[in-house]
Amino acid sequence: MPASITPSLTVRVLLFASYADALGAESVSLTLPSPATLATVVQHLRALPGGEQLPPKPLCARNLAHAAADEPVAAGDEIAVLPPLAGG
Amino acid sequence: MDFVTAERIELAPLIAAVQAPERGGVASFLGLVRNHHGGREVLRLEYSAYAPMAEAECARIVAEAEGRWQVAVALRHRVGSLAVGDVAVAAAAASAHREEAFAACRYVIEEVKRRVPIWKRESYADGTEVWVDPTATLQHA
Repeated sequence: MPASITPSLTVRVLLFASYADALGAESVSLTLPSPATLATVVQHLRALPGGEQLPPKPLCARNLAHAAADEPVAAGDEIAVLPPLAGG
Repeated sequence: MDFVTAERIELAPLIAAVQAPERGGVASFLGLVRNHHGGREVLRLEYSAYAPMAEAECARIVAEAEGRWQVAVALRHRVGSLAVGDVAVAAAAASAHREEAFAACRYVIEEVKRRVPIWKRESYADGTEVWVDPTATLQHA
């Protein structure tokens, strides 16, 4: 098998509340190996400075709906990693 | 409908929105800013939302309630800076009979707390502030 360039995709990840404070940003752009899942997103986020403050399995959303960690991620998706919800 | 608002929430317009001649019962719930949390005195709090998803999730919750019971539901959640006693969330459910109105109202408020991406930062009398984490039960131990 020839050595090939690993396909990658770039996604923008929205951060809120305590997670935005931890990373010092309300969104970050991540370049991920493709294919990727939300778990891949979390893994890359936690490798950033401040990212170690995020839990290993935070709540995630994809395209404005809650999504499980094993959901695949595609270019152009709106991804968000959500701190524990505190509405109501 | 805008479910998430920076404006002060009034219950009367929500009740008016769900009232109808065939609906003989309206159940409502108001969630207010409390003056204490974990033994500390709360002065203010700031609600922030992932607004587009909060709108979408509220719409899904209302649709679920209206699909499960014969009800009309109105829902609002406040964002921004709130003082003790301010209305943070309001829900109203109207139905022909009270059982469905109570059940739908309860469902909506429980699902809002469980699913809608909203966060609150509390400011305490001792000058500290913290993002509230309802899952961290030992936070103030």
